[in-house]
Amino acid sequence: MGETRSLIEMRGIIKRFYVGQPHELEILHGIDLDVREGEFVAIVGASGSGKSTLMNVIGVLDRPTLGSYLLDGTVVENAADAELSSIRNRKIGFVFQNFNLISRTSALKNVELPMMYAGVPQRQRTERAKELLEMVGMADRMAHQPSELSGGQKQRVAIARAMANDPAIILADEPTGALDSKTGRLVMDLFHQLNQEQGKTIVFITHNRELAEETGRMLTMRDGLLYHEDEGGD
Amino acid sequence: MGFLESMRLSFEGLRSNKMRSLLTMLGIIIGIAAVIGILTVGDGLSSSITGTMSGMGASTISISLREKESDIPMAGMMGVMSTPDDGDLISEEMILEMQKRYADDISAISLSESAGSGRAKDGRLYANVSITGVNNGYFTAEDMDLLAGRFLEDRDDEGGRMVCVASDKLVGNMFGGDLQAALGSEISVEAGADRLRLRIVGVYKYEASAFFIYTGSDRDLSTALYIPLSVAKRLSGSGDGFSNITVLARADADSASVAARLEDFLGRYYRRNDDYTISATSMESIIASVNDMMGTLSIAIAVIAAISLLVGGIGVMNIMLVSVTERTREIGTRKALGATNANIQMQFVVESAMICLVGGMIGIILGAAFGYLGSTLLGVPTLPDLGSVALAVGFSLAVGIFFGYYPASKAAKMDPIEALRYE
Repeated sequence: MGETRSLIEMRGIIKRFYVGQPHELEILHGIDLDVREGEFVAIVGASGSGKSTLMNVIGVLDRPTLGSYLLDGTVVENAADAELSSIRNRKIGFVFQNFNLISRTSALKNVELPMMYAGVPQRQRTERAKELLEMVGMADRMAHQPSELSGGQKQRVAIARAMANDPAIILADEPTGALDSKTGRLVMDLFHQLNQEQGKTIVFITHNRELAEETGRMLTMRDGLLYHEDEGGD
Repeated sequence: MGFLESMRLSFEGLRSNKMRSLLTMLGIIIGIAAVIGILTVGDGLSSSITGTMSGMGASTISISLREKESDIPMAGMMGVMSTPDDGDLISEEMILEMQKRYADDISAISLSESAGSGRAKDGRLYANVSITGVNNGYFTAEDMDLLAGRFLEDRDDEGGRMVCVASDKLVGNMFGGDLQAALGSEISVEAGADRLRLRIVGVYKYEASAFFIYTGSDRDLSTALYIPLSVAKRLSGSGDGFSNITVLARADADSASVAARLEDFLGRYYRRNDDYTISATSMESIIASVNDMMGTLSIAIAVIAAISLLVGGIGVMNIMLVSVTERTREIGTRKALGATNANIQMQFVVESAMICLVGGMIGIILGAAFGYLGSTLLGVPTLPDLGSVALAVGFSLAVGIFFGYYPASKAAKMDPIEALRYE
């Protein structure tokens, strides 16, 4: 993998809550993580393992208490709030377990949203949103509102939205968690397709080992520490 | 993300929740509509009143007898006064003296004496009249339009001539509208027990009063029939004095200060009179006080407006707070997708401003409609003036921004992680 670019470079990430108070809580005890361009990485862990906290740090929703984080060449740990927003906007494509589409807003407008915040002109973003919805097989549902879509359809719209600003990584948090196994399968296939055909880097967070095993690399989160498969997973 | 973008976003938000948006706007709508409506009707009334008064001549000064213990201004004019003795009245000597002393300030002195009402008759033709004795100054002071002949002159008065100036309505009723036929004709007038034969020397144009709206036919309309003052005095049997007179100040004189000087001058005659004194009021000052009153009324309305907009604004804030809480997940999602705090703040402030602006516009339209309807019913159709419309727009926008700011900053400050986890 030496010739590919490093997208995520985490060194000694520590995350504490209630910093400085007697009930200080350390969730992440020092995480090192490297993800290279084009990888499909799964992070598995039981609830309470700290995987959500790690996801928030990876997704730049939260700053680490200590440690360094380089995302696609950008130093994240010291960035101001507005800068973090911009990093999320351009470098990260979120896919959530419960889709988080904006209600009463068409699929098309939902996909346009990240581009709107990036300042892409209206016509270009409509064009790109249409392309993306076509790519995920939702061309005939563009004008539909989320309430008129099935779970699988919603997640496909959400994936199209995650791709909108052509982010460095797709960060998927239990993307199949709210779907039945058949639709979940289709969504997984879509991720594989994005990874293989477009070379998208995907970080996939789940508690489902079975799905995690089909990715290129599986990391396990346990008690606030990250283990590589070969160094002491179960 | 620009301002237009926020506007589009907020319009979508409003459209997708029509019923709630409308209910939220209702406070603003009612507040603005009430204010615009009331202001419009008030404007119509005020301009019609001041118009009528200016029509009477802004340089007109009313001088009237006033009871010393009464503090009602113009009590004499309004007829709420005990009957003064002949010795208390404003005498002709006083008037002549005043005219001499203030010749530079006074362009005319108008004297009138009512001699009751009656009916001019000629066979089956008739016309109702109110007989009024006047001097020559009266015509100047009242700014009357002469259609034919002449006004009454001093020689008519001095000679006690049986002549009159009639209205065009009377000529219409009795001479078929033929002014030339009327001029020089004698008419017979019954007034109480008296029967007068008066020769018409002039015809004036009748103008309906703006204060009293006459709804009968022209046939029974009672118009003033002007006769020489001395003839009227003889008819009514009253003495030489007057309880009120009207002075027309020269156009270049300040009528308010002329009024003060005349009051001061005539007041000297009453220094030793226990019961009566003189008060002089210029029309200018009456117009000013009417305008003053309207101004005070406007301030009162503005206060009511402010209160209703305050209440409306609190309603908007309340709904915006609910909306922010309800849309916590949406806010979290937007933040995850790259919205900055400023973007979120803008979105909600603009949304709140839009609610109030749209509400304000609806209110203006409703208020204008009600105001127009109301003022039309009062006979002075008026549309709201642009200033108050602009003020209403500006005010509702300001209310929206002010009351939207807090909910919006609450939304902007949300932690995206918490917000995304919100159920």
